[in-house]
Formats: sequence, C-alpha cells, structure tokens
Amino acid sequence: MSQEPEASASDVTVPDALAPKDQSRARIDVSAVAAMAPQRVETSTVFECADVDVYYTDFRALRDVTLDVNSHEVTALIGPSGCGKTTFLRCFNRMNDLIEGARVEGTINYHGVDLYQDEVDPVEVRRRVGMVFQKPNPFPKSIYDNVAYGPRLAGVKRSEIDDVVEGSLTRAALWDEVKDRLKMSAYGLSGGQQQRLCIARAIAVQPDVVLMDEPCSALDPIATGRIEELIAELKTDYTIIIVTHNMQQAARISDMTAFFSVQANEMGQRTGELVEYAPTSLIFTNPDDPRTEAYITGRVG
Amino acid sequence: MSLTQDRPELTAADLQTSRSRRARSHTVRWLFMGAAAVTVLVSALIIWTVASEAWTYISQVELDKLTDIGWFPRRGLFDLSTLLVNTLQISVIAMLVAVPSGFGAAIYLSEYAHPRVRKVMKPTLELLASVPSVVLGVFAISFITPSILTNFFDDINYFNKLAAGIAVGLLVIPLIASIAEDSLRAVPLALREASAGLGARKVTTSIRVVLPAALSGLMAATIVGFSRAIGETMVVTIASGGGDTSLFNLSILESGGTLTSAMAALGLGTDQVAGNNLAFQSLYFLGALLFAITLVLNMLGDVIVRRLRNRY
Repeated sequence: MSQEPEASASDVTVPDALAPKDQSRARIDVSAVAAMAPQRVETSTVFECADVDVYYTDFRALRDVTLDVNSHEVTALIGPSGCGKTTFLRCFNRMNDLIEGARVEGTINYHGVDLYQDEVDPVEVRRRVGMVFQKPNPFPKSIYDNVAYGPRLAGVKRSEIDDVVEGSLTRAALWDEVKDRLKMSAYGLSGGQQQRLCIARAIAVQPDVVLMDEPCSALDPIATGRIEELIAELKTDYTIIIVTHNMQQAARISDMTAFFSVQANEMGQRTGELVEYAPTSLIFTNPDDPRTEAYITGRVG
Repeated sequence: MSLTQDRPELTAADLQTSRSRRARSHTVRWLFMGAAAVTVLVSALIIWTVASEAWTYISQVELDKLTDIGWFPRRGLFDLSTLLVNTLQISVIAMLVAVPSGFGAAIYLSEYAHPRVRKVMKPTLELLASVPSVVLGVFAISFITPSILTNFFDDINYFNKLAAGIAVGLLVIPLIASIAEDSLRAVPLALREASAGLGARKVTTSIRVVLPAALSGLMAATIVGFSRAIGETMVVTIASGGGDTSLFNLSILESGGTLTSAMAALGLGTDQVAGNNLAFQSLYFLGALLFAITLVLNMLGDVIVRRLRNRY
C-alpha cells in the first residue's frame, strides 16, 4: 500500500493498529495477488474504468462510463435519482454480482488488474474494497463482534482482534462512546453511531478503498457532520468513493466529482450516463456541460 | 362561495343510516361473534370433559400402580414412565431426522435456490406436509423397518420405536423447513450485503449472519416440530406397536406404546375397557397429560422466542 507524501505529512495521527502494516497486508495479499497479478502496479490511479455498461437482464442501467479514480482522494458520484450512480459504485467491489441478472461490460482495472476477468474472486476484491451502505446495517450482534467480524474472516489472530477492534473504533471516532459497552447489542446505538460502527467494521479489514453509498441519507445534520469529518480524515489512509444526493456534501468533502445524468430511450427505459468528471472545485464553479450547471444550480433534479 | 349557495341545507337525517341497514350490520356482528364463541365453547367443553374424567382417574387409582412393569391398563397396571419414555425417545429420534434436513432445506431454499427453483420447491415441500400420517405409518412397517433397518440391526423388532421415530421425522420435515425458511427469508438483505461486502463467502454469511439473525424463528420451528412429533398418533400406533399393552423397555429397537398410541388403543377398544379397572378413565388422564406437556412446551417456546427475538 503506497502512502502519499502529503498524506503522511498531514497532522492526523493514525493509531498503530490501523496504520498500514506491511506484514498483515502481506499475509492477506499472498493468495489474492497470485490470483490477480504478479505485481501490484505502483500508481496513483486505483481504478481505471473504460466504457463501463451495466445491464439488469436486458435493461441497460448505465452506459459508457469512462473515468479514473485516484488514490487517497474522495471521489463523489452525484446526479438525480435513477442515474445509475449507486449501480456504478457497486461495480467497484463486484457487489452487483449478488443481483440476479446483473451484468457488467467494459473494463474496470483495479491497480492494473481487470476486476471482471474470470480468474478474479469477488470475495478477494471485497476484502480490499470495503463498503458502507445507505442505511446503517450493523449485524444483530454485539458492537465488538460487529467490528471483529471481518478480521476473523480474514484470519487475524485471536490475540490481535482486541487491538484491531479498538483501532477501528477509534479511527471511526466511536471508541470513546462505546468502549464501556462493547459487549452490548449494536442496535442500542443511535443511527449516527450505527453508521460510524459500519465504517469501523469496514475499515477493520484494512481495505484499500472504501465505497460509501449515501452514508448520511438516514442521518440528522449533526450525525452527518461527524461522518463528513470522518471521511476527510479517512482519506489519508483510504481511497474513498462516495455516492451522495447532497451537492453541498459533495462540494465539502470530495476532491473529484462525477456528475451522472439519466436519459430515457424510445421504449421509456432510463439509462444513466456520465456527463462530466472533473475536480470538485471546477465542477461547482465552472462546469463544462450545461446539464451539470443546471443540476448544481438547482434548476434540474 | 358561489359553489355552496345552491346546495340544500344539510340536515341530521342526511348523515344517518337507515334502520334496516343498521339492524343488518348488527346481525352480521352477532353471527361472527357466535362463530368465535362456538370455538371457545368447544375448547372449554373438551377441557372440562378431559379434566373431570382425568380427575376421577387420579382420585381413584392406587398411586403405586402408576409405577410398575409397564402399561397394561386392563390389568390395572398404569406405568406412566413406559409411555413417557417411549414418547420422548420417538420424538427425539424424529427431531434428529427432521431438524438437520429441515434446516438444510430451508437454507438451500432461502439462500441458494434460484427464484424459479424456489417457486416450485416451496409449494412441493408444503404439499409433503399433507401426506396422510397413516401412509407414513404403513411406509415405516413396509419399507423403513424391513428394507433398511433390518440391514443394520439383526435383532430388531418388526414394530419398533426407531422406525416410528424416523417416520414421524419425515412427517415433521416439511413443517420445520417451511417455518425455518420463512424466518431465514425475513432476515434483511442488507445484512447479507454487509457480510458479503466484508469479504464473506455465501456459506459464511449463511452460517454466521443469517442463521443467528433468524435464531428465534428457528427455535420456533424446532418447538412446533417437537410438539407435532409428540402429538403424532397414527404413525406411532402403526409402526411402533404396543399401544394397548407395553412392557417398560429402553431399547429403541423394541416396540413400545406412547401417550398417543395408548390413547388410540384405549379409544378403539371402548366396549372392552368401559368400567374395567379405570382403563377408560386412564384415556382421559393421558389426554390431560399430553395436553399439559404440549402447553408447557409451547409456552416455553414462546418465552425462548421472545428472549431471542432480534430487531433488525
């Protein structure tokens, strides 16, 4: 895992348990790298997407998306409902595989490896590309067991799990609130706490990328603010791709913004497409495409 | 304003319903209430009949006759442990058959089966539940014992508790599978996605997330299945033998009557048992006992289910 120079120079302190550990990563990596590619290409580009189409059975939900995602940045996917931004997000960890009839065409390269080639095991992809969902979805287990779930699957030693749990919860800014009730049900937490728990759970497996699907849409403004602060801190360690309905949120937290729009064909099927992809500051001040401008100024969508 | 001016003034009569319509709705209400009352009344009558005859039995029987060499009601020997042990043995064997295969089928249908497969298999499974128990009883003595069990056990009795337990298990599988599948399907998709998103394989997700989340439903399925197994009569009467008389015996390869098959035998032979050593009354006593056991089991199940219930 490559650490950007500006990231290590940042004033955010990283707890030891979660600082990228070469040993533990190496242990998890061995089989997968063998399955994927002989050597990880050192690049600041994490994902390269070219002409990505997504179909649900015969219905084309998304077409011709081409964009690159940079490491240690927050990339926001915005656009009106039904434009395929969540569908696109779920391509990055092959979550669409779980949907009957979903099919992805085009190429998505992850560190130079085609994610959709036959030899790639989606399970290995998901250990590197974690996900936080729209609605907080903790398991009906204790707070501790929620965070420990992923590391246990990855074969982290029993003696190390305590540290991983504490580190992840600290990183997710939840430790102080839950350290005295780790054995209690996760359902006793508030919505915002549950979502931070889900973030802790996702980063406990030390992923490379964290996908977030409208992580604040079920939360109040205060909880949303905390999650946004958290995202800003997390990008020192992780590459983050976030879907959001909230344009101010995209403007506040993201480095790059992709604006999607939706067009209906003659049969009334609505297919999403990428309209514009640019640095966030540019998209919100000087968009190229009139559709982007219409959307961000609130005239459409 | 102009709209309301032409409208005639509203009178109380406009908002009232006709007397005949009101009477009709009253009648309908009483009819439904009567239907509900009949079921309550019948239940009460059953309980009263059973309880009063059972009381006659309890108050007249010599208590040392309740522990003896076996169940010989016409000779006045009413060893309850014989029937209780046999009932327990057969029910446990049935659960050993039904729980693993019922849960297995449920997991397959809920987690693995293609929607088209499930659409066909679930109703088929539920159809299995409607196989008459007498058929399974005959199946036990015509197939399970002679074609299977005799290969493993040389000295097995033709009528035996093991075959009866297996057949009761087969009878209970669809019941358990159906309830278990419903409770697995009730586990939100979001939890499966969360697990998959952390790099869990399907089997891991099923065992570590879906099964524990559905625990209360699975317990309910087990308890309902157990109640059903204890109450099953026809399979046991045919396959296990010994309903009318049975000697206390712990071996599951031997025949032996259960609470239900003893009742069936007593009920069939009323002309002989009436007025004979309290045998007739013992039928009601067994009925009361069975009723009590199932009731306690169901209440226990309710408590367990409530304690384990998850809010997703």
